[in-house]
Amino acid sequence: MNYLQEILVISTALFFIGIYGLLTRRNIIAILMSVELMLNSVNINFVAFNKYLYPNSLDGIFFSIFIITIAAAEVALAIAIVINLYRNHDSVDIDSTTLLKY
Amino acid sequence: MNYAQYIPLLLALPLLSFAILGIWGRKSLKKSSGIIGTMVLLILTIISIAVATHYFFIGEKLNNGYQTIFALNIPWLNFGYKNLSIDIGLLLDPISVMMLVVITVVSLMVHIFSLGYMKGEERYPTYFAFLSLFTFSMLGLVLSANIFQMYIFWELVGVSSYLLIGFYFTQPKAVAAAKKAFIVTRFADLGFLIGILMLGIQAETFDFLTLIERLTNAESTAYINMHTTSFLGISALTWALSLVFVGGAGKSAMFPLHIWLPDAMEGPTPVSALIHAATMVVAGVFLVARLFPIFHFNHTALNLVAWTGALSALFAAVIACTQTDIKRVLAYSTMSQIGYMMFALGVSGYGGESGLGYTASLFHLFTHAFFKSLLFLGAGIIIHAIHSNDLKDMGGLRHALPVTHLTFLIACLAIAGVPPLSGFFSKEEILLAAWEGNRMIFTIGLLTAGLTAFYMFRLYFLIFWNRPATKVISKEAPASMKIPLIILAAISLVAGFIPFSQLVTTDQQPFKSSFHVLFSIAPLLLVIAGIFTAMRLYKNPGEKAAHLAQWFGKFYQGALHKFYIDEVYLFITRNFIYKIIGSPAARFDKQVVDGGVNGLGNGTRFIAEKIKALQNGRVQWYLLVFLGGILILSFIFIGWNKI
Repeated sequence: MNYLQEILVISTALFFIGIYGLLTRRNIIAILMSVELMLNSVNINFVAFNKYLYPNSLDGIFFSIFIITIAAAEVALAIAIVINLYRNHDSVDIDSTTLLKY
Repeated sequence: MNYAQYIPLLLALPLLSFAILGIWGRKSLKKSSGIIGTMVLLILTIISIAVATHYFFIGEKLNNGYQTIFALNIPWLNFGYKNLSIDIGLLLDPISVMMLVVITVVSLMVHIFSLGYMKGEERYPTYFAFLSLFTFSMLGLVLSANIFQMYIFWELVGVSSYLLIGFYFTQPKAVAAAKKAFIVTRFADLGFLIGILMLGIQAETFDFLTLIERLTNAESTAYINMHTTSFLGISALTWALSLVFVGGAGKSAMFPLHIWLPDAMEGPTPVSALIHAATMVVAGVFLVARLFPIFHFNHTALNLVAWTGALSALFAAVIACTQTDIKRVLAYSTMSQIGYMMFALGVSGYGGESGLGYTASLFHLFTHAFFKSLLFLGAGIIIHAIHSNDLKDMGGLRHALPVTHLTFLIACLAIAGVPPLSGFFSKEEILLAAWEGNRMIFTIGLLTAGLTAFYMFRLYFLIFWNRPATKVISKEAPASMKIPLIILAAISLVAGFIPFSQLVTTDQQPFKSSFHVLFSIAPLLLVIAGIFTAMRLYKNPGEKAAHLAQWFGKFYQGALHKFYIDEVYLFITRNFIYKIIGSPAARFDKQVVDGGVNGLGNGTRFIAEKIKALQNGRVQWYLLVFLGGILILSFIFIGWNKI
């Protein structure tokens, strides 16, 4: 059974849901979660392509593990930034952090 | 040959002293700067006298003539066009060796004099730094082996002259004089530069010796090219030489480019003695002498030199009779004497005894340097003593300033041409050369000789006699100011006995100059008449001089106002140059150039104001724009590939 097309539809949907969240959420934590959605849609792509197009190699799987690791590190960093932001602004609303402008 | 290796020192030492005095002078060497400068000059003088002795009397000669020696010759800047390159070389031949002696000796005297004269000045170290710079540039000018190198040093002496004229820069008059000197000589140098380029491009070299060799050979391509090409009916060679001479005339204050020299007297008096009497102003004579073989082959250019010289000599002598500022009288006298040197070159022939004019011109340059700097230094002491430049404030100073009186008298006799002082011999030779070359010019020269004696003794009697002693503010000057006077007076006394025709000649072959006793009767009578007229008019106070002036009427008024040359220049610059060239250029600069630059700035700001709202600090807005951009780009590239 080849579910590649269905899987790609799901991952694309996941990716655009992530972008939508990224653009519309006001809460920084929610924005971070949206980023995670986008990363995971990519992971799904890697695994799916690996399984259906190159079943004899493991490159795609390694890559997704790599991305998961990076994402973990990135989240740790991003949370640290968010905590600092909260300390300075008393809020995690993205609209309160518009100081860097003309 | 071994002494030639010391020649680069002549340039290195004053440059070093300029750098040291210029950098550390004002802080740590405030007191000793004068001594340092003077010591450097003392070393230079010793070197150049040693070089001259070796060159003229000990060094080996080629076919009985003096060799031309290159102490240094390195290519410096290659144009990559017609084999043209600017080399840096040091050339030793009779005229440059002679100039070395003149420059270093006069400069040393002026340095020693300045130790006393400039004492207590605020910018004492700067003054000595500038003097070193001038000495460096002047020595470089005379040693140049290359016409372009000479031009570089030519501008350097112009700069040092500018700096020293404007030394008292708090006085508006000094600033104006410095600017005038610089602008007038720069204007003349434009002609010089064009002349150099014409000569250089046609002869395919800037080197003096090669240039002379190619342009005096009637069969060389350069000579034929420059002769057959003509502009306005005058051949290219004549144009080039005349333009080079314009540069020389500007620096040597020849009519009608002389207007800067009298004003240049605003500088400190020792500077006038060094730069505006003995060395820099004769650079024009030196230039013509350097290129003399080429000039000699071109009668038009040579006649231009002769007539400019003769006219300037007479013109300046007439003005000098009426001026009342001691330094201005001396300035016009300098101009007149340089006119003498110029016309002597102009009437000279080439080779052997027919080159007498050339020898006489450089002889006069040599003797004039000493007695004229002596006159200026004497004037410096007088100004120092009574704090005024005006002859009206002077009189009866012979008791208060005995040494100055005696040396000034010697210098006056020398410049007037009374035997056996130095000026007599050189002036006789010039007049003899003029007699053989051009009778009209001889007559002008003779007349000028009489006038010279008259105005110099007018000056002398007005300063030292005329009325019972004037009150002196400071007594006779310190020893450092008297010693140079005595040395220069001694040189002025004996310099005439130097057998110049054995040393400096057109073809570097010595010849015996004949001395005609009968010939010198006429000039001598005129000189004596001049001196006696001055004595009658000015020795005792009286109205005689005023009556004579009245008798001359309009002519006297004209001479008193320097024949309105300054006014003519002002009229031309105000009404033509400012209106036709100056103000349109200013308008172009303000509106087009400045307008362009301002417009660019204003435009940028206008656009920035409009688009700065994009940068609103909202990270999600940036993201949206970014995604939009990516989408558009991906549509473009994917769509592009599809087509």
